[in-house]
Amino acid sequence: MTTLLNDDFYERLMSLHDGLSDEQSARLNARLVLLMANHIGAGETMDGLLEKAQEDQT
Amino acid sequence: MANYQYQPFDYVKPPELEGGEASTVPVAIIGAGPIGLAAAIDLAQRGIKVIVLDDNNVVSIGSRAICWAKHTLEIFDRLGIGERMLDKGVTWKIGRLFHGEDEVYNFNLLPEDGHKYPAFINLQQYYVEQYLAERCAEFPDLIDLRWKNKVVDHQDDGDLVHLTVETPDGAYALAAEYVLACDGAGSATRQRMGLSFKGETFEEQFLIADVEMEQSPFETDEPERWFWFKPPFHNGQSALLHKQPDNIYRIDLQLGPDADTEHEKTEAAVMPRLKAILGDKPFKLDWMSVYKFQCAKLKRMVHNRVIFVGDSAHVVSPFGARGGNGGIHDVDNLGWKLAAVLGGADQGLIETYNTERLLGASENVQNSSRATRFMTPKSSMEMMFRDEVLKLAGKEDFARKLINSGRLSVPCALPLDQETDAKAPRKIGTVIVDSPVSKDGKACQLIDCMTGNHQLLMLNQSGADLYDIHDGQLDTAQRLKDSTNLLAKRYGVNCAYLIRPDRYIAAITNDVSEEALNHLATLARHTGATNERAA
Repeated sequence: MTTLLNDDFYERLMSLHDGLSDEQSARLNARLVLLMANHIGAGETMDGLLEKAQEDQT
Repeated sequence: MANYQYQPFDYVKPPELEGGEASTVPVAIIGAGPIGLAAAIDLAQRGIKVIVLDDNNVVSIGSRAICWAKHTLEIFDRLGIGERMLDKGVTWKIGRLFHGEDEVYNFNLLPEDGHKYPAFINLQQYYVEQYLAERCAEFPDLIDLRWKNKVVDHQDDGDLVHLTVETPDGAYALAAEYVLACDGAGSATRQRMGLSFKGETFEEQFLIADVEMEQSPFETDEPERWFWFKPPFHNGQSALLHKQPDNIYRIDLQLGPDADTEHEKTEAAVMPRLKAILGDKPFKLDWMSVYKFQCAKLKRMVHNRVIFVGDSAHVVSPFGARGGNGGIHDVDNLGWKLAAVLGGADQGLIETYNTERLLGASENVQNSSRATRFMTPKSSMEMMFRDEVLKLAGKEDFARKLINSGRLSVPCALPLDQETDAKAPRKIGTVIVDSPVSKDGKACQLIDCMTGNHQLLMLNQSGADLYDIHDGQLDTAQRLKDSTNLLAKRYGVNCAYLIRPDRYIAAITNDVSEEALNHLATLARHTGATNERAA
């Protein structure tokens, strides 16, 4: 699947965190994860993403 | 001075100590709490003689279990005290959820039309026990309720359980074909048998208090339920306020893991906390307790002729009211099976109690552990997620669904699936839903027509025929009219349901020929979930 994520998106995502403390950033990320999870919907896609996120745990 | 007037029950010197012979009874029940008393009534209604032995002689001190869910109320209806509970109990509709100073949202539990019982009521455990004890007295020939009779030993010889019972007048022996251990979370029966009772222990401490106040603490006279995450009056924890009968309000306050238990129990510590919630309105402290809890269950609830029922078999956190309700679900599952086995049915039926109620217990443990985790996040990141869920919930419906201050007790689904391709609105392994009907020209509810036997509900164009089933054969039918069309909506037409005594649907068919219905009736002999099905 091709992705629509591009430099423009990345810049916007990063700019959300401009000027935020680590805690504020963490909270923003938490809200974003929740909103995205709701958008995707529970199920196999979400299960796969959870697994993938866990794979790169350092 | 407590609001409720505790009337001690009379101790009577047992006949065994008056020179009578040692009794052998079909069933001895250890513990006269709500579970033991409900079990006694269920068995007595099936004609089984029971002796109930309790080491104490009063009902529950303190309100303890107060929240009785719909399914449980319908069981109590069958046991004869449901309507009395409903009359006395408090039914709230508006719930408000706060995060800090702000109300995140509120909801209205508008009841669905056509049910005899609401989603739940609040009623103190002492009333429930009192009603149950009074109902027991209506079976003087079948229920022998013995207060201040403490079981101190038991031996299962394979066919009989031999009990040693201590009383103020000395000890005596008793034998029973089956013993129900309804002796609560600290079950002495379980301890005597050295059974493992492991699970998750939570370090969080909670203050539970009942206060009596004339003026409502809510902004309206209607009873509401208020729940706070991080309440402004109580640093960083959660709080719950809801109403019981007699102008008693229940307050639950999360105190944290490091609270000084002995200090928190003092009035000097409690009163300022309560004033912070209730403001300047006058109130009187009625009862309080500081507690921790664990979620744990037995590996097996049936040990030959000793059967564990209620808290003796499984304990959960209070969130979701799954302790008292879960125990009554145990009783409902066991009563008909034990009565059938005492009447000659295969003992394997009791094994299905073990299978089915361990499933229920697992579900209750899982639900209450999840609620506990939401209320007591384990890390700072988990706390952030929890708080952001609360923040989003102000405007996002999906986030409201993640908020967990307890998932109210509902009956667990059972793996009863028979091979079926029947099409019907209800599913095998679920509990029937109530509906208005009329019988003999009078309006009533489907729940009122349940007899506690196996039954067969056959839907037709004008309503339904509800047969009792005895010995695998259709017996007399009640002719029900569908006065509101809700019966057809909830059950369909031209289909038939085999219903167990505990109102679980065990089979469904679209073939409503006489032959098919007779066949369905024969299945009534085998309607318990086995281990293979549950696996």
